[in-house]
Amino acid sequence: MSVSLIMFLAFVGLTLLITFWAAKRNTGASAYFAAGRSITGWQNGFAVAGDYMSAASFLGISGMIYVAGYDGFMYSVGFLVAYITVLLVVAEPLRNAGKYTMADLLAYRLKPRPVRALASLSTLVVSTFYMIAQMVGAGAIIKQLIGISFEPAVIGVGVLMLVYVVFGGMLATTWVQIIKAVLLMVGALMLSYLVLQFHHFSITDFFNSVAHADYGGTEAPKNLMEPGLKFGVAVAGPWGPIDLISLCLGLVLGTAGLPHILVRFYTVPDAKTARSSVVWAMAIIGAFYIMTTLFGFGAATIIKKALLTTDGKLDVNLVAPVLAQVLGGELFFAFISAVAFATILAVVAGLTMSASASFAHDFYSNVIHHGKVNRPGQEIRVARITAFVVGAISIGLAIRLKEVNVAFLVGLAFSVAASANLPVIVLSVFWKRFNTTGAVAGLAVGLVASIILILLGPSGIYGKADAIFPLSNPGIVSIPIGFLAAWLGTLLSPRDPAAEGKFDELKVRAHTGLGSEKATSH
Amino acid sequence: MASYSDPAMHNKPTSDSEPVPSQPDWQELASRPAFRDLLSAKARFIVPALIFFMVFYLALPILVGYWPDMMKKKIWGEVNVAYLFALSQFFMAWIMAFLYVKVAAGWDKAAAAVIHGQE
Repeated sequence: MSVSLIMFLAFVGLTLLITFWAAKRNTGASAYFAAGRSITGWQNGFAVAGDYMSAASFLGISGMIYVAGYDGFMYSVGFLVAYITVLLVVAEPLRNAGKYTMADLLAYRLKPRPVRALASLSTLVVSTFYMIAQMVGAGAIIKQLIGISFEPAVIGVGVLMLVYVVFGGMLATTWVQIIKAVLLMVGALMLSYLVLQFHHFSITDFFNSVAHADYGGTEAPKNLMEPGLKFGVAVAGPWGPIDLISLCLGLVLGTAGLPHILVRFYTVPDAKTARSSVVWAMAIIGAFYIMTTLFGFGAATIIKKALLTTDGKLDVNLVAPVLAQVLGGELFFAFISAVAFATILAVVAGLTMSASASFAHDFYSNVIHHGKVNRPGQEIRVARITAFVVGAISIGLAIRLKEVNVAFLVGLAFSVAASANLPVIVLSVFWKRFNTTGAVAGLAVGLVASIILILLGPSGIYGKADAIFPLSNPGIVSIPIGFLAAWLGTLLSPRDPAAEGKFDELKVRAHTGLGSEKATSH
Repeated sequence: MASYSDPAMHNKPTSDSEPVPSQPDWQELASRPAFRDLLSAKARFIVPALIFFMVFYLALPILVGYWPDMMKKKIWGEVNVAYLFALSQFFMAWIMAFLYVKVAAGWDKAAAAVIHGQE
């Protein structure tokens, strides 16, 4: 049995113990969906970081910087800076006015059934696409790292994630995310240290080799410090810079609309703790992405390219583990591989949790049963069944779509979050005239526009050469479309006195926390 | 945070079948000068902060995309303007979060005062 496998199993064993512990504490809806709102600021900060920094972040960004240098680092910058939007605009109003899901905030003033139905649909779309992306990545990585073939690897990840979510609920999911965040930071710190050691702790030496990266002599040296290797006009054509701007816009506005991140703010006792948890998350996430400088750029100067080819192909997703192998030997390689595995599990558990909570709470309880589900525990039962269904669908799709472009699915998730979810969240809290038609129009048009533009774009159905829409990141077009649809939908429909009448209530709740959901367990 | 909460005012928009007790007078609360002051104080910080953040952040891809030669200028060894500007975004985000938390602590007090004014 390989060392990697032993480390995987150690992580799995630990998380299963946590799940067992959490299962005994799940004594009601608030405990199951929101961890009893008893998570502290730093804990939730780590959990947000653990929920957010996906396989795409750790493995994808290292690979992207390895190949495209500075342009890959743009992702690192955007992933942190996005939290300003979360901190200043959405975290506190959401915590104050909501209960379990993103739709709670919208349902306050607007007609609950249509709004919740669409918000739930959007949550399911975002979560499912994001989850398939993680699972496809997971399958490929586990295959390379411990030699388990693709299908059993995906099924294994899916089953574990279901165990956490179905038995442990939000409490177990939170702790899996916290442990993962700690492991990821330890791994990133060790990798960074080893990269610096390789350069004899000379920053000058480090940047010198980054500026003349030759991938161990296998390629003509290029300057990875210079922008333009991915989005520059010379490489990507005239649309390149616009695609980069669009990517940045999608990152900073999409994060604040990602349902699995938003629901994390319901797990803390109050808005003040939600605020401090964003700050904790920003400290961790920022430190991590600054370190991508070292192990992303560093990989290009340290790894001999030949090491990356296991079956004749270059797999840039393996840059971080291979760097670990070169610098720290088999044991460190095993540790970083286990970290990658933990990363994937924590993110898919968070996604399943938010998708199933949204279906059970928004769709089952409020759309189908008009908010009158009186049998205790029914909402949790439905959420558990939904988790199974979502899990099974994602496993099935991940196995069928194993050749799919992972970046395409992640891009789609961010784009829908920015173009459909964020406009209606913002307008609902800040615009009195906003009404149900506007919310429905914003959600539906934002969702459809994102999907269509990505399908027509370079990562879509026509491929790079024949793309009808020139941008792989549609945010610069789809976000204004989402806002415009929400705005026009409102103005073109009759005023809604009920929604406007409740604006004062939402305002007082959102800004003072009066009447907000309280912690139930300690 | 106990001062914020009054279990008697618990109102839930959702499915729990708990008794719904009497509601606070939201309109009256919203019309209080103390509440209006709180909102304008928040807007005075958040709106300029968001504008600054968006301009500062989006300047990065715009400059990198359209003025690459300027951004490639080396400042210290191989470290160029582009990398330093990217790195500065991290510190901008952290400083902004720090300032926000400091200012928001004052809003917490103002919000508590709005609620307590009603009793």
